Amino acid sequence: MSSFRLSRDVILGFALVALVGVVSMRFPAFASVKSLSSVFNDTSILIILALGQMAVILTRCIDLSMASNLALVGMCTAMLNAIMPALPIPLLVIIAMILGALLGCVNGLLVWKLDIPPIVVTLGTLTIFRGIIFLISDGQWVNAHEMSPTFKALPRSSFLGLPVLSWFAVVSIAGMFVLLTRTPQGRALYAVGGHPNAAVYTGINVGRTRFNAFVLSGALAGIAGYLWVSRYAVAYVDIAAGFELDVVAACVIGGISIAGGIGTVAGAVLGALFLGVIKNALPVVDISPFWQQAISGSAIIIAVIFNARSERRAGRIILKQAEQV
Amino acid sequence: MPMPQASSQSPVLSLNGIVKTFPGVKALSSVSLDLYAGEVTALIGENGAGKSTMVKVLTGIYQADAGEITIDDRPVKLTTPNHAALSGITAIHQETVLFDDLTVAENIFIGHAPRTKFKLIDWRKMNHDATALLERIGASIKPTTLLRDLGIANKHLVAVARALSIDARVVIMDEPTAALSYKEIEELYVLVAQLKADGKAILFISHKFDEIFRIADRYSVFRDGELVDDGFINDSNPSELVEKMVGRSVGSIYPSRTNELGDTILRVEGYSHETEFDDINFSLRRGEILGFYGLVGAGRSECMHSLFGVTRPSAGKLTINGESVTPKSPADAIAHGLVYVPEDRGHQGAITGLSIVDNIALPSMKTTSNKGFVRLAREYALAREYTQRLELKAAALDQLVGELSGGNQQKVVIAKWLATKPAVIILDEPTKGIDIGSKAAVHLFMRELASQGLAIIMVSSEIPEIIGMADRVIIMREGRQVAEFDHELVTPESLVRAAAGIDEVSAA
Repeated sequence: MSSFRLSRDVILGFALVALVGVVSMRFPAFASVKSLSSVFNDTSILIILALGQMAVILTRCIDLSMASNLALVGMCTAMLNAIMPALPIPLLVIIAMILGALLGCVNGLLVWKLDIPPIVVTLGTLTIFRGIIFLISDGQWVNAHEMSPTFKALPRSSFLGLPVLSWFAVVSIAGMFVLLTRTPQGRALYAVGGHPNAAVYTGINVGRTRFNAFVLSGALAGIAGYLWVSRYAVAYVDIAAGFELDVVAACVIGGISIAGGIGTVAGAVLGALFLGVIKNALPVVDISPFWQQAISGSAIIIAVIFNARSERRAGRIILKQAEQV
Repeated sequence: MPMPQASSQSPVLSLNGIVKTFPGVKALSSVSLDLYAGEVTALIGENGAGKSTMVKVLTGIYQADAGEITIDDRPVKLTTPNHAALSGITAIHQETVLFDDLTVAENIFIGHAPRTKFKLIDWRKMNHDATALLERIGASIKPTTLLRDLGIANKHLVAVARALSIDARVVIMDEPTAALSYKEIEELYVLVAQLKADGKAILFISHKFDEIFRIADRYSVFRDGELVDDGFINDSNPSELVEKMVGRSVGSIYPSRTNELGDTILRVEGYSHETEFDDINFSLRRGEILGFYGLVGAGRSECMHSLFGVTRPSAGKLTINGESVTPKSPADAIAHGLVYVPEDRGHQGAITGLSIVDNIALPSMKTTSNKGFVRLAREYALAREYTQRLELKAAALDQLVGELSGGNQQKVVIAKWLATKPAVIILDEPTKGIDIGSKAAVHLFMRELASQGLAIIMVSSEIPEIIGMADRVIIMREGRQVAEFDHELVTPESLVRAAAGIDEVSAA
């Protein structure tokens, strides 16, 4: 909305283009539409998760359980499919979403009703959700041959030239954009994170808004759970282990303030794409995976330095003469 | 609607026998309050008298344990802030509680934004309506600017526009002028007059008697959670109200001058900063209390920050005890015997999560520790000595500072710096936001310190405090030193005129 916030996203956009440019100098084919759309497709799950995480971070909370939620819901959908191959896939996606939302409810209720710090709650559920996967699967894998062909085909099948996986990301982006900019509930997320006290005074239920954010991030993690398992055609206890950190990193690179109240959909998407490009491009130009991690890490720190600088308030200027300079 | 001959009019909002109890404290005991359309009712009381609790009951943050609230003679239950807003009650707070990272229009309409037929927020209508509301109160603010880019006065305007937007019938203003400059306060008065003309019932909370007598029609005095008195402001006078407020006659509330001036200990020559202040010159003698008066934002605190080594001056010379010093950091300044007690207790002063003893011992670590280890006995001895001197009321020295009252927190902060045995102490708004009883204790103590030969710089925006305490006053305006008065010659009028730049001629 404001030129300032827009410009931050634009700068990140330029950085992303520059990154692609640098890579394509050594490997021209990288900048082709086909290759870039495959990077987008590859980053889709990260984008979906980053959008959910953003909603939570906007309210001054954090959801570290997203990747565990994804893995648990992924396991459930895979097992459900193995037991009942006839279950229609769209229904399975809806089930995944509801399951994820229920897990998000657990986080949300603990934060809302018991007033436990979100980082503690989600650290706990992160472990609990993983533990439940082990319990329900007995530590067994659900392998490709146990999944129905339609289960595995959905993310790969193409619609209007884009893989359905990418479409999931596109729809999530559009949905989040409308939610955050055009609905009172979306604006409440900003209000709650920007100034919780003031939010109370304006009649916003802070706890409930945070709860909603957790449910939303849970639902998106649930959908991502189905997408992950069907795409890689395998489900086991450790899928996406540690992925929550990539999700938080994408948000941070995207300029979403960990202190809450600041962030845009464009930022979250660009932040996720930035990480996606690094992950996809560096192997192409023959940089070792160890450097990859160092480079993603540096990107996070640079982004934080940049954001901290631009968020710093301008000092009051008292002397008149100095104002004119 | 009859104009201010309000005795015949029935109140818009009426509170009857409101009781609110917190564990161990009766915050409000059977309080009643009536607000009338088109009238300003001033709510007066010391800190802790129950004013804030009252505001919270009215805005639905707290629920009263007993009592009745009626709007237009119909009983209402204000169970949530949203409910209070829907009932037409809105509040403008001291530090405007709005959202820095949302736009002006959104701040005005949050909670009741105009919607399109798809139930989505209608940004176009919202910006359009916001412009109309802002124009109505004579504010030239673009609705799409972010709130963080506005000054406090403009933020107040946004809050007022918000009050108009929800078509509030009752507007609560909780110390709205506390952070405003002279000119901004004048503009706020105009707004209050406009709200009155619009038929709003206004509850105005303030500690400043001059403004109460200027804009209020009625008053209600609270003391210790009870309504002591109410009536028409024209039938009363400030000293009568102060008496009711504190429950005793406040004759001379400032301690008499017992301090004698010694030799010069601090000299400041040509102190300047690129953007904050320019060419500040003064000297300070042992046993002297030097007042710094000016409007908020005149550059007083900024000047003190650079003396204390928080920021660097662009030019100027500082001499302490005949020795030329350029403090590079607060630690450096402390080492030279100069300490600064900041204005904002919460943010810069007391560390509320630590105990009294830890707070007091913090800057004196060098003397209380031995070979890198803290000596607890020495820390406690130090804390005991200074809390006794300051008559600090606390259950135990290891009580957390956050559990103390505002006045006692301020004492901890002062004690902490005194424990470093400074030669010069800078007190920035030493009694801001603390109740009258604690104020008097701080004043008495300041006088005692000066008598013992400590040189004190007191930055204050309260005219009575400056006149009652300072031996000499320097007045700053827009970053410049504009006048200086001895205490015999200073009058409230001369201070205000110099600080506001009403005339460039000063009596000095």
